[in-house]
This record gives sequence, C-alpha cells and structure tokens, in this order.
Amino acid sequence: MPTEDSSQKTAWWNNTHNRALLFQLLLACAVSLFFVFIANNTVHNLDQRGITTGFAFLKQKAGFGIIQHLIPYTENNTYGRTFVVGLLNTILVSGLGIICATIFGFIVGVARLSSNWLVSKLAAVYIETFRNLPLLLQIFFWYFAVLQALPSPRQSLHIGDSFFLNIRGLYLPRPIFEHGFGWVVGALFFVLLAIIIIKRWAGKRQEKTGEQFPVLWTSLALILSLPTLAYFASGTPIDWEYPVLKGFNFKNGITVIPELAALLVALSVYTASLIAEIVRSGILSVRHGQTEAAYALGLRPGKTLRLVIIPQAMRVIIPQMTSQYLNLVKNSSLATAIGYPDLVSVFAGTTLNQTGQAIEVIAMTMAVYLTISLTISYFMNWYNARSLLKER
Amino acid sequence: MIVHTPHPNLPPPSTSVGIIGWIRKNLFSSPLNSVLTLCALYIIFKYVPPMIRWTLLDANWAGSTRDACTNDGACWVFIKVRFHQFMFGFYPASEYWRVILAFGLIGALIAYLLIERTPKKSWVAAFTIFVYPIIAFFLFYGGLGLPVVETYKWGGLMLTLILATIGMFFALPFGIILALGRRSSMPIPKALSVVFIELWRGVPLITVLFMSSVMLPLFMPEELRIDKLARALIGISLFQSAYMAEVIRGGLQALPKGQMEAADALGLSYRQAMSLIILPQALKTVIPGIVNTFIELFKDTTLVLIIGLMDLLSIVQSAFADPKWLGFSVEGYVFAGLLYWIFCFSMSQYSQRLERKLHTGHKR
Repeated sequence: MPTEDSSQKTAWWNNTHNRALLFQLLLACAVSLFFVFIANNTVHNLDQRGITTGFAFLKQKAGFGIIQHLIPYTENNTYGRTFVVGLLNTILVSGLGIICATIFGFIVGVARLSSNWLVSKLAAVYIETFRNLPLLLQIFFWYFAVLQALPSPRQSLHIGDSFFLNIRGLYLPRPIFEHGFGWVVGALFFVLLAIIIIKRWAGKRQEKTGEQFPVLWTSLALILSLPTLAYFASGTPIDWEYPVLKGFNFKNGITVIPELAALLVALSVYTASLIAEIVRSGILSVRHGQTEAAYALGLRPGKTLRLVIIPQAMRVIIPQMTSQYLNLVKNSSLATAIGYPDLVSVFAGTTLNQTGQAIEVIAMTMAVYLTISLTISYFMNWYNARSLLKER
Repeated sequence: MIVHTPHPNLPPPSTSVGIIGWIRKNLFSSPLNSVLTLCALYIIFKYVPPMIRWTLLDANWAGSTRDACTNDGACWVFIKVRFHQFMFGFYPASEYWRVILAFGLIGALIAYLLIERTPKKSWVAAFTIFVYPIIAFFLFYGGLGLPVVETYKWGGLMLTLILATIGMFFALPFGIILALGRRSSMPIPKALSVVFIELWRGVPLITVLFMSSVMLPLFMPEELRIDKLARALIGISLFQSAYMAEVIRGGLQALPKGQMEAADALGLSYRQAMSLIILPQALKTVIPGIVNTFIELFKDTTLVLIIGLMDLLSIVQSAFADPKWLGFSVEGYVFAGLLYWIFCFSMSQYSQRLERKLHTGHKR
C-alpha cells in the first residue's frame, strides 16, 4: 500500500524519476539548440566570407617549403602531404623528448634521494628551478639566448672532423648502409631471440633448483659480441658520410636544425624536472618495512632495490609518467613559437593561413592529439586494472 | 663497603660529531659518495661564481641609456628603462594607480581568506566572488567616470595575472558542475561532461587558443564582435575547467560513500547534500590540487603570445627587437623568469604546506 499511495500524494514534478527525465530533456534541448545556433552562424559566416568547405584542399598544391621533412617533400606537394610531414616532425621531437626526459628524470630523481647531501640539494635546485618556469620561456631561452650565441659556420665548435656545432645547427656524420648490412641486423635479431630463450630457461631452472644464472651479463656479452662479429665478417658494411664546410655552410651528413635542438632541450629539461619528482615520490611511496623485510631475508641493497623497491614503485610511477609523456606530446606544439615545423606550426599555421579553412584544419589537428591522448589513456586504464594490488 | 662509581662516559669520537661528523656522514660516507661530492663541488665552483659575477658584481645598475652598459656583466638598465612596460604593457601611466589598487585589493582579500581564524570569512568570500569582479572591471577597463582603457593596451605582468585569475574564476564553478555531471547517474549529463572533459584535456592549449581566436568569430553572429582578450579568456576558461573538473572529481571520489548515504538518511535534498555535506569536504581535500592546476595555468598563460596578446613574456620578447637595445635577451629572460618563478614557487610551497596540514590519518 505505501508505494502507490505516496506516489499519488506527491505531485508528478516532485517525483525523482520524472524530475531527472525532465532535467535531461531540457539539457539535451539546450545543448542541441546551442549547436544549431553555432552551425547556422557558421554556415552564414562562411557564405559571407566566401570560404569554401570540405576536404578538397588536401589535394591542392601547397607551394611552401618546410625546413625539415622526414619524407620527401617539395613545394609542389599537396596540403595533405604537409599534414603528414608536420605529424612526423611532431612524432620525432616527442619521441626523442620522451627518451631524453625519462633518462634524465630518472637520474635526477634518484639523485634527489641520494644520501649525499650535496648531490641531493643540487638535484632539488634543478627540480625547483625548471618546473617553476613556463615552458615557452625556456624554449625561447634556449633558442634565442643560447643557440644564437653559438659561433658562425666557419668558427664551428667541433669534435674531430665529424661533429660540428654552429648557429645553423648541429651536423653529424650520416651512416650509409651498404650491401651486407643485413647480416648485422640478422645477427641482432638472432641475439634478441636467444636472450629471450635464455631468460625463460634461467627462470625455469631457478624455480626448479634455486640456482641462478647470470642472465644480464650473458645478454650483454651476446649483444656486444655477435653483431660486432657479423659486422666485421661481412666486411664493415657501414660507411660514414661526413659533413664538410662548403662556401658558407655545411653540406652532407645529418643536420639537426637549431629549432629542433632548442625544442628538444627545453622539452627534455622541463619534463625531466617533473619526472624526477614522480620518481622520487614513487620510491618514497614504498614503505620502509619492505626494505627491512628484504634485508631480513638476506637480500643485498642492490637486489633489494631491483627486486623489491622498484617493482612496487613502478605501480605509482607509471600512471603519472604516462600523463607526463602525454603532456610532452601536447607541449611539443609550442614548436610553432620558434618555427620548428611540427603539426601545429605547419598545418594549423601555414596551411590554415593559406587555405583559410579554419574549421577543417583545426578539427584535423585536434583529432590527431585527441587520438594520441585517448589511446594512451585507454592503455593506462588497462595497465591500472592489471597492476592493481591483488589483495585477498 | 665499596661503592661502585661508574666512570663518566667518554665523549663520542670527534670524527663522528659536529661539523666533521656531519661531513663524513653526509658527503663522504662511501667511495662513490666521495667521488659524487667532488664532482658536485667542481660543478658548483665552475658555474656559480661566474653566474654571481654576471648577475650581481659585474652588472650595470645605474644609468638610463645603452651607454651605461659596460658589457662585463648583466645590464639591468635595460630592465629599468622598460620596467613600467613590463609591468603594465601600454596602459597609460596616469592610470597605473587603478591597476595597483585592483591588485592590492584582491591581494588583501585573498590574504584575509588564507590566514587562519579571521572573523566573518564567509562575508569576505562572498564579497570577493560577487562584488570584487565588478569593481575590478571598472578599475581595469574604465567607466563610471574613469577613462576607458581598451584591452589591446593591457599587457605585461598585469595581463598575465588577469588571464590567470579570470581563467581560474570561471574554471572553478564550471569545473564543479562538470565533475558532478561526470559522477551523475543520469546518462545525458554524464555523457556530455565526459565528452567535454576528455575533448579539452586531450588537445594542447595552443589549438584551443587557435580555435577561440580563429573559429569563435565564425561561430558567433556576424554583428557580435568579441574582443581578442575575451576570446583568449573563453579558450583558457574552457580548457582550465576540464582540468579543474578532474581535480574535483578526485576529491569527490575520495569521499567515503557513507557521507552521501548519511545525507540521504537525514532527508537532505540533492542540492542540500552537495552544498552542505559533500562539496565542503571534497573541495577541502583538493585545495592543493586546485593550487597546482592554478600554477599550471599561470605558466600556460604565456601561450597567449602566439595569438598576439602582450603578456609578460610576450612584451619582454618584443622589447628585444628595439634597435636601441639589441643583444639584451638574456637579461630579459632572467627578469621574466624570476618573476614567473617567484609566483610559481611560492604557490607550490603554499600548496605543499597545505597538503601536509590536510594530511590526516585516513589518507595513504
């Protein structure tokens, strides 16, 4: 009796269920109206300004040069190709940045925890300095203040005849792979396969007999020896093409443009300061009892760190680290401020200005970043679910 | 009878106490540590004295022209000459008092709110949220008898602070709504919140700023001309509210479920439960997170340079192009960097202190 009676007593607008329905209906109407309003305005405005719509522009000739392209590109290529060139440049700087920042961040993070007072304080000064400065300021500093102070090509700083650093960039020797290099690659693959097998076998043996096998040293020896052997056996199939000064600039070799160098240094230095803090907090999050228990079991400090502390710290470190990587990818879009030809600079910059098709261009650019973000956060959720503490 | 009197304790060996003991323990405890210490000392002695000499000892402080720079060290005359511009942009000098008054007022209000055990906090908070923005608008922009200063004249540190505070002002309430929406059981608000949050968090701020400066005029009716600063603010607020929403959601998730159930059991409505039980507790635990997002926002305001607003970094950068003062970029960056650093560092120290204070037992 109570349910029917009470529902009759309360007015229908006081029923929680109806209210929720009504509220959602109103919200949906408001949002749709908002989008209709925007769409109408946009169509009208585009008409007024005579801007064409659609993705046909991707097939048109671009007509502008790009200073760094990982795939062949000339002014005669299409706008569609500028998109790919920009995307590849973004991936290049982000990938390199992630590697450098991780290595450097780990070193600084461990230094911050060092029992050596001086080292720990130096690391603290580094972290507090760089994470409290805007990234754009740091990029400008490296690009306009540091790299512009480098000498001209004729007075380049150099190591021997192979590495040159000057105001135009960094010049490195380019490896040229000749016939027979396949043997070296083959040897490398073979070694990797062998290492995986050895590791499995060693694990099984340790479980069975308790005897340990020096997997690390064996793998190192294998990796260093076999490909080197293959390299010499097949007649040193790598040739180096050295940069040479011709006229006012260097020719041949690999050129690292100063924009890339400045962006890479700034991104790595900035992100490393954040990663260092993550590493520190991750290691500190493992309770001291774990260390004590490991010592009580007779593990030495090195093994304690490797087998007990780090695996547990990783659970805290990896999710935060991934979000820093994501930030690094997004921050690489600051390239546009110093003219490094990344996706935003080339595509959402020059291409947008030339074609005027703001909606399509910005939507494509955002879609790229959104895809990267969502993929990584999907992976993160999967990892989080997998690495959750298995409790009773 | 023989009374045993113990020999008084010997003092600890002189190498394990005092300065020597501290040095042995903290700097030379092992061969590796000794090597590291020596490396660190080498780095310090190689780089710190030249830096001090450049910034302080050999620097030029006096004078008002380029000739005052002797080129041994930093030439702070450059900063001195341009100081007003770096602070206020192209705001007319006769109106500087308005900016100073507005910032002084908000500074005093915030200090009052942050200091513990000050009376009538809620009234002051209400004044800050509802009345102060109106006062600030008239002070910055003009009207009510004050001469109007168009927004394109705003610049320097003043613009940086305005961008950060207004962005925060809109992001906080909007972030709360989004966070509640994302945790709602109703499908439509939930879906809308999730899409909104993930969209803005997934793209770089630059593209958001591009969008607000290039596409917003296309979205709005033709007659409506939106000011450039307002467009940037719309972009920043949307972007920031998505981040704020995630911070606040963290606080909401950390609250035990029993709180909501207890509120329900007491017969409180959704609005009462939220405003009296859930939000006060959730917001309190996420204050450090909110401060951290504010620091991020403060650093991110530099990006408005790309859409042509004259914030602190942008105005310093443009000052390098002055033909009378070529080659003083390092001084400019150091000055701008110092200002940003002071703001960010003090805020992060505050947030860490707060975190320690709020770190109550149940938190891991």
